[in-house]
Amino acid sequence: MISAQLPAIVLLLTLLSAPVCSMIRNGDNAWKVAMFAVWLSVAAAIALMAQVWGGNTISYHMGGWAPPWGIEVRIDELSALVVILITLFGALVISALRESLRTVMRSHRHSLYYATFLLCMSSLIGITITGDAFNVFVFLEISSLSTYALIARGRDRRALIAAFRYLIMGTIGATFILIAIGFMYMVTGTLNMADLAVRLPEHTDNRVIQASFAFFTVGIALKVAVFPLHYWLPSAYTYAPKATTAFLAATATKVSLYVMIRFVFDVYGVEFSFTQMKLDVLLIPMSIAGILIASLTAMFQSDVKRLLAWSSVAQLSYMVLGMALLNVNGLTASVTHMFNHAMMKAGLFLALAAMIYRVGSSHLRDLAGIGRSMPMTTAAFVILGAGLVGVPLTAGFVSKWYLISAVLDKGWVWVAALLIVSSLMALVYVGKIVDVAYFKTAPAEHNAVKDVPVSILVPCWAFALLTIYFGLDTRATAGVADRVAQALLGIAS
Amino acid sequence: MIEGLNPALILIVGALLVPLIPQPARRVYVVVLPLLSMLQLVLHPFGTFAEVALFNMTLETFRLDGLSFVFGLIFHIAAVLGVIYAIHDDDPIHPTAGLIYAGAAIGAAFAGDLLTLFVYWELTAASSVFLIWARRTETAFNAGMRYLIIQVGSGVILLAGLIVYFSDTGSIAFNEMNLETTAGKLIFLAFGIKCAFPFLHNWLQDTYPEATASGTVLLSAFTTKLAVYALARGYAGTEILIWIGAVMTAFPIFYAVIENDLRRVLAYSLNNQLGFMVVAVGIGTPLALNGAAAHAFCHILYKALLFMSMGAVLLRAGTCKGSELGGLYKSMPFTTVCCIIGAASISAFPLFSGFVSKSMIISAVAGEHLTLVWLMLIFASAGVFHHSGIKIPYFAFFAHDSGIRCEEAPLSMRVAMGITAALCIGIGVFPGALYAILPYPVDYVPYTAAHVITQLQLLMYSALAFTVMMLWKIYPPELKSVNLDTDWFYRKAAVKALTPVAALTSGATGTLFGQLNRISTGAISSLNKAAGPQARLSRPIESTNMVALVVGALLIFLALYLI
Repeated sequence: MISAQLPAIVLLLTLLSAPVCSMIRNGDNAWKVAMFAVWLSVAAAIALMAQVWGGNTISYHMGGWAPPWGIEVRIDELSALVVILITLFGALVISALRESLRTVMRSHRHSLYYATFLLCMSSLIGITITGDAFNVFVFLEISSLSTYALIARGRDRRALIAAFRYLIMGTIGATFILIAIGFMYMVTGTLNMADLAVRLPEHTDNRVIQASFAFFTVGIALKVAVFPLHYWLPSAYTYAPKATTAFLAATATKVSLYVMIRFVFDVYGVEFSFTQMKLDVLLIPMSIAGILIASLTAMFQSDVKRLLAWSSVAQLSYMVLGMALLNVNGLTASVTHMFNHAMMKAGLFLALAAMIYRVGSSHLRDLAGIGRSMPMTTAAFVILGAGLVGVPLTAGFVSKWYLISAVLDKGWVWVAALLIVSSLMALVYVGKIVDVAYFKTAPAEHNAVKDVPVSILVPCWAFALLTIYFGLDTRATAGVADRVAQALLGIAS
Repeated sequence: MIEGLNPALILIVGALLVPLIPQPARRVYVVVLPLLSMLQLVLHPFGTFAEVALFNMTLETFRLDGLSFVFGLIFHIAAVLGVIYAIHDDDPIHPTAGLIYAGAAIGAAFAGDLLTLFVYWELTAASSVFLIWARRTETAFNAGMRYLIIQVGSGVILLAGLIVYFSDTGSIAFNEMNLETTAGKLIFLAFGIKCAFPFLHNWLQDTYPEATASGTVLLSAFTTKLAVYALARGYAGTEILIWIGAVMTAFPIFYAVIENDLRRVLAYSLNNQLGFMVVAVGIGTPLALNGAAAHAFCHILYKALLFMSMGAVLLRAGTCKGSELGGLYKSMPFTTVCCIIGAASISAFPLFSGFVSKSMIISAVAGEHLTLVWLMLIFASAGVFHHSGIKIPYFAFFAHDSGIRCEEAPLSMRVAMGITAALCIGIGVFPGALYAILPYPVDYVPYTAAHVITQLQLLMYSALAFTVMMLWKIYPPELKSVNLDTDWFYRKAAVKALTPVAALTSGATGTLFGQLNRISTGAISSLNKAAGPQARLSRPIESTNMVALVVGALLIFLALYLI
């Protein structure tokens, strides 16, 4: 009975606990409610994955109205994987949030913060599971609005500007997507994604649909932060409150990438997107440029938060590249990296937040010698950093392996070489932090620094251990991604 | 013995515990650990063990056969000697990094697939660099960085090669490869860097003399010999190796003769000795491969012994410069004797270890009728005797008296040197024990009249040349100088040449992205300078820019799609 309602439950748990949190005055109690809701969602998400495991699809009709008139919730392995990504990594971040928020804001504000956080999470889940194009836009707006609020909570006043800039860019992106959806509705008269997928092929020569595709790709590229539309991202990540960045970096852009994959492959269809509109011709050079330029920029950053933010731009470009290669290995790499990178980047930002919690800054200068004063946090950071570089036995290696295999399948040896060069750049920027943390002497004012409380340390290590686990056991990541890729490309397995 | 347990793991995991163990117990632990691991190796049957499935590949993490056994065994012996040598030192970095490094080298030698090889390959780089950094000087730090970049680079090339290999063949097994394919070329290059092929060799002379006294002993044992093993495994019988090896034997001699830092002299001579092994791998006959393995075995011992004696000199006299040393035999008689034994071994005196292994290689070359290579090796043998056999002991312990009066080396160093010296002589006198563990059956007799007489003639004439040059005072004097090797090209010339390019690139990107770039890179510094927190982030302009960018992108997309 319950299992049939899971698609609704996974969304409503967080959506409904958000207002509850906002009404609780005591921050600690609100945190307990939030914790309860998110960890239950994790369980629900995993149960959903169990239901669709092996390539099944669940179609759940909201309120019993059958599609295409009613709202459909549609879950397959890809969306289940993304829901696990959102809930699990979100839950780990929330677990660390109570301790981490203490130094940032006064406690009576905490409950509002948790409410916003939950709202953001539920809207991301909504985007992922809905089968209705207009709902995607609605949830996209909810997620954007809550994200602005989360970023603007940063203590630094520059956070306001960053949030404002993100607001403008996010609104433009969402509006473009809305225009695209509107155009599609104009031509086909339906908003259900499965229905759209059936009807659109009749209209591929229609200029309106072609324009809608242009609006959609630009809008979503902005959301995904595809180079060169990525300029909002570094500032937004840099000035957001510490642990929030961990959540945003893990989820927001990944969910946008999910929407991109879903629309490009399922709604518009491979034939239209790639054969007719030649999306790959645009995306491949853009993503390669993004990988190289963003990695290069990351190498020269002196603020670790900014460094990691730029590295995110590069890593997102990997995913876009994998998608645009249009082969099974490429899409597998893209989906696997979506999950793995979310995990590693969330962990890195969280470990960094732990360091900021103690030394009050994320500047390289202030992190000198932190490997000795905060050994546990730094060790977790190093493991996660190794994952980011793509060291074998970490999750990062698996996704890079698939990506390079995909490029070699195409016979593009030079692109493979560039990918290896960019891995070396990652080694440089991660190495820069490791070098400072272990080989520089700590400034005198940081002599009393000690490791963070267990409540922050445990989530950090959870991310680090997961990074190693998913480097060894790839059934849940690359295994799922491989089936998803075959389904998206229409290859019978 | 636990079946299937890789000795490398015993070492690596055990080494991680070293810093946690308090001092008197640690001294025992660091020696017992490699001994335990060696026991595991010696008792373990041959075969392939510990196969692991990693997504769509099978890793053979522990492959023990004749070839890997010899290298695994000598790596263990070197690890034991290396830690004993440094036992007087309380710094935990040395045993920790040293044992991980040894474990990584052993693990790489037992790797049955390229991915496992790659992991251990990189681990040797990442762990050994600490032996350089442990010197804790600015020079050592920079040298360590250069070393790390080159070593990790070699690993990345290996990784690239393995990916191409996998996509070509669908397998990552580490077996014989060839130079016809891209994958084969890449992997060959990776091995070549680690093996210090000519023009890829400078990292060796650059960094080994910068490491700590005990660090260099370990460094000299593993990295390059691992590369020799990898070449023997993957590229045995590849003809070009004969010529590469021959060049390697010959050219370092000139540098070694004029170099002043005696540890750097040893580093050059290390290169020259590697040449012999590479030639043998290139020939690829069973006799030659046996020679390569045996020579690696002996070479690790006597080279360690020489580095140990120079390390003792460095510790006690505070310098290793030939121009500042001399007459130390009065203060350090034991070290002097050990150094002479090492020198005799490297020069391949009969009854010392070098003789029984090097003569195998030279016989293998002669057996293939490679006259030119044979002559080069003979010339190199004479050269070795000259710079390692005579120059090192002569300038350090004899020559003119420098007036340095110091203590004899600490007990731990003397014990390590004593054992190593005994092994050098033992192998020289009873080569049968070494021959018994070689990968192929041996029916080779080193002590024939012809071998002994040829070698003695060579040595005597070389000694004569040195004596005559010293008497006539035309021997290149030991000067405080820096010799330019090809690393000058990347350490100085490339940096100079690239500086304007780098400036140009950053300038170009700066102009290209204008305001936007300023947010990314310059923001922090300019923000700090600005009086108000918002003064520089003039937000209307920037948001406008971003919006302009989006609209531009939309126009381009629309234009492309609709036209």
